[in-house]
Amino acid sequence: MARRSGMRQGPSVWRRLDAASRHAWPVFSTLFGLFLIGLPLGLPGQAELRPAYAMACVFFWSLYRPTSLPAPMVAVCGLLLDLLNLSSLGLWAVLLLLLQGTTLAARRRLAPSGFLLNWAAFTALSTAFSALFWAMQSLLTLTLLTPIPLLVQILCCAGVYPLLAALFIRAHRGAAAAELA
Amino acid sequence: MIRLSVPFRQALSRLTLPVMLMLSLGIILFGRADQQLGDHMRAGLDDVLAPAYAAVAGPVEALEHGTGAIGNLFNLAGQNAQLRAENAKLLQWQAVAMALEAQNDSLKSALDYVPSPTPEFFTAPVVADLGGVYARSVLVSTEPGNAVSPAQLVGAVAMDGRGIAGRVVEAGNHSARILLITDLNSRIPVGLGVHGAPALMTGTNGPDPQLLYWSPGQPPAEGDMVLSSSAGGAFPPGLPIGVVHYSAQNEPEVLPLADLDDLRLLRLFIYPTSQPELTPIVKTAKPAAKPHKSG
Repeated sequence: MARRSGMRQGPSVWRRLDAASRHAWPVFSTLFGLFLIGLPLGLPGQAELRPAYAMACVFFWSLYRPTSLPAPMVAVCGLLLDLLNLSSLGLWAVLLLLLQGTTLAARRRLAPSGFLLNWAAFTALSTAFSALFWAMQSLLTLTLLTPIPLLVQILCCAGVYPLLAALFIRAHRGAAAAELA
Repeated sequence: MIRLSVPFRQALSRLTLPVMLMLSLGIILFGRADQQLGDHMRAGLDDVLAPAYAAVAGPVEALEHGTGAIGNLFNLAGQNAQLRAENAKLLQWQAVAMALEAQNDSLKSALDYVPSPTPEFFTAPVVADLGGVYARSVLVSTEPGNAVSPAQLVGAVAMDGRGIAGRVVEAGNHSARILLITDLNSRIPVGLGVHGAPALMTGTNGPDPQLLYWSPGQPPAEGDMVLSSSAGGAFPPGLPIGVVHYSAQNEPEVLPLADLDDLRLLRLFIYPTSQPELTPIVKTAKPAAKPHKSG
């Protein structure tokens, strides 16, 4: 009896859990990645990798799954990045939200195009936002900061995107695919 | 679940991004107006993250360096030989040190020397490398069982086995954040060479801090020992920091003794605040615990 009437009540608990986990995958992977990059591994450029990773996540998921990475979660990621990275509070939140806005605006052109064009678009965007971060941080601390870490960060962004994209495209079709739930 | 009409929902979804953007801009302004807000949030987050990092960092370290028992089993013989050789050398040095200690004691008694206060210290493992693009800092996890309050811990000197690594800038109940000497904001008064010629060591975000404001009559010489100086009252005198090195003409740098790229354990020394507080240390953690009461 109960089972038959369950058909009318909509999806079962497990199915809803499945859908929720698929929806949560982008946010969770972004936050967990930011946490993992803090491990004392002593990698060169580890500090620059963190914003590069956050930007790549926001760009990729805004492009392919904008509903799974809503603006409030982007702001939370940005705040976490600011707290971990010792930058001015709220700075990365603003920059990541701007990046998401830009990506969403260019989504119709970028989403159907190939990987190389996306990579180029991300490199251009991340360069612009890294430079913006450098300029704003310089302005907020009232000192001219050295641009060398900026260059490292830009290289980091360009280098990390293909690796992350390879990983995320699999997740996009598997673990994070909300329509499969 | 609240059911909303489709146009209303669309309008709402379009509005979230601008609203969040305004909120974030507000946070920047608020953070500028109240500098302590960010520090408080950071200390709170560090307290939450430190145990998590400690849990994850252990296995990773064991895998990464082979410092665990399994890794050491493979070169026991080599390590034993090395340790025996080191031991023999150290025994010779022990004799020298004991002779010097005796001589030092006799000289001190002859001079009616007032001994400097011994600091309280404890060891804390480095659990996370939370430096930013324009900041160099590490997070250590501190035991809650310590009798030291977070307010006392702020300003403590952090040393690894060889020299000063930095200074505690924020402390919570489970964690403390250490600003490394290579950070852009780090300014440490130092003494150079045997005469302790004064200079200021400033971080550059690069691997080696610079020396500034040395007196023109006593330029730092290549290979001079750099020790901390009590000028300004922020550091105790005589702690080892590094060695002077010239990488370019007229730009003396300090090669730090501490292995700043690979910090594992740090000793935090809490010096009694009996020195004159010319550089007031901002005790952010608790306003109730004032520095002059504990001294």
